[in-house]
Amino acid sequence: MSTSTLERPAAGGGTHRDPELSGSPALATLRRHWRAASLLGVLVVWVVAWAIFKDQYTLVIGGSARTPVFDWLGDRSAWVEQAASNGSNPFINLAGAIADLVDSVFGWLQSLFTVAHFPRPLPQIGWLGTIAVAALVAYAAAGWRTLALVVPCFLAFGVLGYWNDAVDLLIVTFFAVVVSCLVGIAIGVLMAHSRRVSAFVTPILDVMQTMPPFVYLLPMSILFGIGPAAAVMMTLIYAAPPVIRITAHGIRSVSGPVIEATDSLGQTGLQRLWNVELPMAKRTIIAGINQTMMAALSMATIAAYIDSPGLGQPVLDGLKRGQLGTSFVAGIAIVIMAVMLDRSMTAAGFRAELAARAGERGGPFRRVGLAVATVGTLVALYLSHNYIWANEFPAQPDLGTPLRNAVDRFGEWLRTDLSHLTDGIQRGFTDYGLNPIQSLFADSPWFVTAAAILAIAAVVGGRRAAVATVLCLGMILGLGLWNHAMETLTACIVATVAVVVLAVVLGVLMGRSNRVDVGLRPILDMGQTLPPFVYLVPILILFGPNRFTAMLAGVVYAAPVAIKLVADGIRAVSPNTIEAAEMAGSSTWQMITKVQLPMARSSVLLATNQGLLYVLSMVVIGGMAGAGALGFDVVTGFRQSSAVGRGLAAGITIVLIGIMLDRITTYGAQRASATSPDSRA
Amino acid sequence: MTIRTTDTQSPDIPGAPDAAAGSQPALKVEGLWKIFGAKADKIIGSGDAELSRTDLQAKTGCVAAVKDISFEVQPGEVFVIMGLSGSGKSTLVRLLNRLIEPTDGSVVINGEEITSVSSGKLRDMRRRHMAMVFQHFGLLPHRKVIDNVAYGLEVRGESKAERRRRAQEMVDLVGLSGYENSFPDQLSGGMQQRVGLARALAVDPQVLFFDEPFSALDPLIRRDMQDEIVRLHHEVGKTMVFITHDLQEAIKLGDRILIMRDGEMVQCGTAAEIVAHPADDYVRDFVSEVPKGHVLTLRYVMQPVRPSDSLEGPAMDPDTVVWKAARAALASAHPVRVVENGELIGIVDDEAILRVVVAEEEPGTETGE
Amino acid sequence: MFHIPIPRGNSMELKRPRTVAAALAGLGLAVTLTGCGGGSIQNATSESDTKCDDDLNVAINPWVGYEADAHVLGYVAENRLGCKVNYKDLDEQVSWKGFGSGEVDVVVENWGHPELQKKYMADQGGDGSAVDFGSTGNEGVIGWYVPPWMAEKYPDITDWKNLNKYASLFKTTESGDKGTLYDGDPGFVTNDEALVSNLKLDYKVVYAGSETALIEAFRDAEKNKKPMLGYFYEPQWFLSEVPLVKVDLPEYKDGCDADAAKVACDYPVYDLNKVVSKEFADSKSPAVDLVKNFTWTNEDQNLVAKYIAEDQMDPDEAAKKWVDDNQDKVDAWLKD
Repeated sequence: MSTSTLERPAAGGGTHRDPELSGSPALATLRRHWRAASLLGVLVVWVVAWAIFKDQYTLVIGGSARTPVFDWLGDRSAWVEQAASNGSNPFINLAGAIADLVDSVFGWLQSLFTVAHFPRPLPQIGWLGTIAVAALVAYAAAGWRTLALVVPCFLAFGVLGYWNDAVDLLIVTFFAVVVSCLVGIAIGVLMAHSRRVSAFVTPILDVMQTMPPFVYLLPMSILFGIGPAAAVMMTLIYAAPPVIRITAHGIRSVSGPVIEATDSLGQTGLQRLWNVELPMAKRTIIAGINQTMMAALSMATIAAYIDSPGLGQPVLDGLKRGQLGTSFVAGIAIVIMAVMLDRSMTAAGFRAELAARAGERGGPFRRVGLAVATVGTLVALYLSHNYIWANEFPAQPDLGTPLRNAVDRFGEWLRTDLSHLTDGIQRGFTDYGLNPIQSLFADSPWFVTAAAILAIAAVVGGRRAAVATVLCLGMILGLGLWNHAMETLTACIVATVAVVVLAVVLGVLMGRSNRVDVGLRPILDMGQTLPPFVYLVPILILFGPNRFTAMLAGVVYAAPVAIKLVADGIRAVSPNTIEAAEMAGSSTWQMITKVQLPMARSSVLLATNQGLLYVLSMVVIGGMAGAGALGFDVVTGFRQSSAVGRGLAAGITIVLIGIMLDRITTYGAQRASATSPDSRA
Repeated sequence: MTIRTTDTQSPDIPGAPDAAAGSQPALKVEGLWKIFGAKADKIIGSGDAELSRTDLQAKTGCVAAVKDISFEVQPGEVFVIMGLSGSGKSTLVRLLNRLIEPTDGSVVINGEEITSVSSGKLRDMRRRHMAMVFQHFGLLPHRKVIDNVAYGLEVRGESKAERRRRAQEMVDLVGLSGYENSFPDQLSGGMQQRVGLARALAVDPQVLFFDEPFSALDPLIRRDMQDEIVRLHHEVGKTMVFITHDLQEAIKLGDRILIMRDGEMVQCGTAAEIVAHPADDYVRDFVSEVPKGHVLTLRYVMQPVRPSDSLEGPAMDPDTVVWKAARAALASAHPVRVVENGELIGIVDDEAILRVVVAEEEPGTETGE
Repeated sequence: MFHIPIPRGNSMELKRPRTVAAALAGLGLAVTLTGCGGGSIQNATSESDTKCDDDLNVAINPWVGYEADAHVLGYVAENRLGCKVNYKDLDEQVSWKGFGSGEVDVVVENWGHPELQKKYMADQGGDGSAVDFGSTGNEGVIGWYVPPWMAEKYPDITDWKNLNKYASLFKTTESGDKGTLYDGDPGFVTNDEALVSNLKLDYKVVYAGSETALIEAFRDAEKNKKPMLGYFYEPQWFLSEVPLVKVDLPEYKDGCDADAAKVACDYPVYDLNKVVSKEFADSKSPAVDLVKNFTWTNEDQNLVAKYIAEDQMDPDEAAKKWVDDNQDKVDAWLKD
């Protein structure tokens, strides 16, 4: 300590250190914590304002209240209906023409595989022929391993008792996915090459992905009629965004040097696309097609509301008849189909490459195999066309009935032995967790809540997030469902927090242990593909119709994706870093908290973002389990013609909430990663 | 400083652009500019163009990657462009085949003004008259070696049989026979670059561009590949423009070398000339590590004949490398006579030789008084 | 016309788009070739037992009682009249829209729906695509119900005037300090929010959101003796599993529900009726009379609904069982 420091005034509040030196760490600490501090500040002000103004200006409206906005939206819908019925609008007539085309091709396919047409008492090709064709396609496109997967899956559809429904769903999915991919890959390519196209399409994709399908069930059935065409179109809308986004991403990330090198040889743009970009982005595009396929399957149940053929119908039948088992068995069939399609698509994607690499060696054997398989298929087709035993799937063995009964007994057990135990959990969580937060959001005056959300958005995500938030909140306010929007927002946020906690805990476990990963992954796959309606009922049995049940369903739906993302992120941490940290003597806990989680930070942030959007997409189904609010408004709009406008308003509000949360988390994540090296330094 | 004074005394340099001005050059570059950033085209001609790179960026936000470069390359010549990373050399070579659009200036290859041709014509020129080898190879991972080599022929529409034949020839030429059906990821880096080389050669271009082709390779393989280039140049005699950051490589391969810094040309000349007369401290720093005995020729170490000098020594050509002349010179008791076209133009004594071969580390001594 | 009905039966072959046919040529060829061989699948040879020229398109609205009506009607049309029946799982709103496009012929159990009548029935000022085809004989009752154990333990709870006394029993996490009145499916007509406020009840309407949720909640309430008050309706198969007890609201008088915001009386008893498309009503199909004549009782419907829901019978089997047991009723429908 030099004397000069002693002589200085106590600049640092009594510290005797040089302010030049003491200032910078203090400033750094302040800078590091200013975000947390300002968030805390916002929260304190919010709570105080809530305590003073509680229950004033909350913009609550009655369940059947109408507003000019609702009426206006309702009139728009009526106008479309009018135009559709008198055939005056060329666009709507075009939709009708498309619908007729899809319906007739679809009808023809059904007559081949599932539906008898007079005078034939059975479809042209029964189960044996269908399985043979599927097996041949699987073998030719993806090899014998896939064949060994596809055949048992098809047999399972029959043995579970849903042969026709399963094949119908396959046809719908096939249709929707083929069209999605043709259109989607083209759009994705355009997006990758043009910033303007990308800027134009991205918000449309955002809306397509966040708009609850129930909102467009009705318009789709107006435009495309009742039946397969409308179902295919709905599925298409919901399923196309992943393949578009992922194709664009894949093409954009094709190695620059390769593009440059091949350009230098004088290739045309088309040659580049065909020979370089598409082949090199193939794996990514296949991943996109897979996602689209899964999204298409997840629409099966909702499309069944407008009579889409397929496995969604028995799921809904079970729901409406209170038969847990029926829904479950049909749901399992959907899961089996998802696994089958996912694995065969991936295998088919890799096969071409493997075959090329294997060179001539596999050739003759494969050719013989294909020839044998083709002959076998023809024989099977012949048998299937001509003999009843090979056409109608045999009633025995029947796995469906025992499984159904077992699940029903399980439901009964939940009801009698478990139900009263779970009340406490639901009550405790709702009273001490959910209700206070919801009260803060929904019972504060609207301007207080809006200001608080805006402040949080600005602190977390910066200026761009704040602008997006202002726009979204303004429109939400204008749509007139503010109070419901706040209830839904609360539920989403709380559920997302639960999802992230689950994702981090299980993701870390999976990322660190292969055994846990192998054990959990199939369960997660199943959680992702099982229609939510299926597990909604057991949760309902356990917890009754309320917000907790709906949130739980949302968590179950969103957790698998988030868990997988975190697990993959943990796994991707460089082994060199792990090695170095081990050498430094890190304990397991230190390894997780100081090395793996910080390095997997972007995965955790992505998991949060995806978790939010997945939770949001369950809002409508939550509305059918007692969550009320926007979800219920949407379903009401679909079910009651007097509430169409309100349903549309609710649907748009959900989209706005989705976009707002997405922008806040995305920009927040960007800021966090941009400043993280600074805070580490 | 001493440097300046020697600079002014520098003898005429053979092979300099103006020296070859009679025949048509294979490549002619004039006043070539590349400025990255918004409204970059407005900068040229304004006073801003004279600013240094950092000042320009501070003022306009634009980055001048290549500033007013001119040079010519003669048919069959290997022309090396050298500079550290960020010097603009990779941008420069991409301006030559318009992988990057120049901001200003002209590039003439084979009589065609590359900078102004239509995109169709440009494509055609890329397909027939020029080719490039890249640092990161740029091979198509989903294609076999032979199909990678044939890609240039494929895009210009050659028949399958013809391009197979030609590609096989090239594969053999670069010493990859037997690997035709391998995939790029099954080959070592050096072999992958041979594929890149074969692909470039397959279209039989007049001009070959190399963008740091060997910097991603191990040192031993790098040397092999350099030898390979020397051999190929000997066999096929293509005009080559070669980018590198490695002076050794530049000296080994280049007939002439252009040194760049911050987008500007610092010096252009033969290796010996650059080593003998570095244009500034930047270049001097560059060449300080070069074993000068291997680069300098007698022309750069000879002294004017003084009446007192013995004229009994062996006669040698002025372009003989010092290192090669050393043994004979030291063995003789008399200084070497440097004879060009039968005329005695200077003498080299033992001390001059030893100064280059032994004491080369001391800066400035090799040409100092 | 906007929707051209999908061609069916043999005409299908002609309508097949060329490209698709080409794409599937190999498959098609195989099928055609093998088709010549003959075998144990025999084509139906005579069309004489078919009196129906067109298919009968029956909408299936999403509750089991409706399914019971539809499948019994469909079973009779199929087996006694030789009509081909298509069942379409649709919501009420979508079903009514289907009348105009020819995709739906019959809605077999309609609960009022004045707003839809206004839109589609000519006499209500609509476009005339829908026609009232008379009562199904079922009486629809809507109201508030409690599980049987409560009616037994608190006998006076079935009078609305005592509801406030018991409000604290019905308190849940969803209703704060008030009692919870569960409302069900968003598709059902409800005045409950207005009723609660106009009758000055200390309750909050909570939307269970679906019939499934409501039924599970009532099941749980009865089984575990939990208090519950909820919106429900008859005829409903669930009442045979748990005989819920209706709470008496102030008596319904004509016009007391005219202003939705001022309702303070019970729901009317709905005369459930059949609604058909104009096109179907004007057709020569023998099913027209069948649909017109179809009537049965709440007990009949509950029985078939129970077969379907509780006994997990296939709806067609359930219909067959009931038809076989009630030949006389069926015969009456078919008499001209």
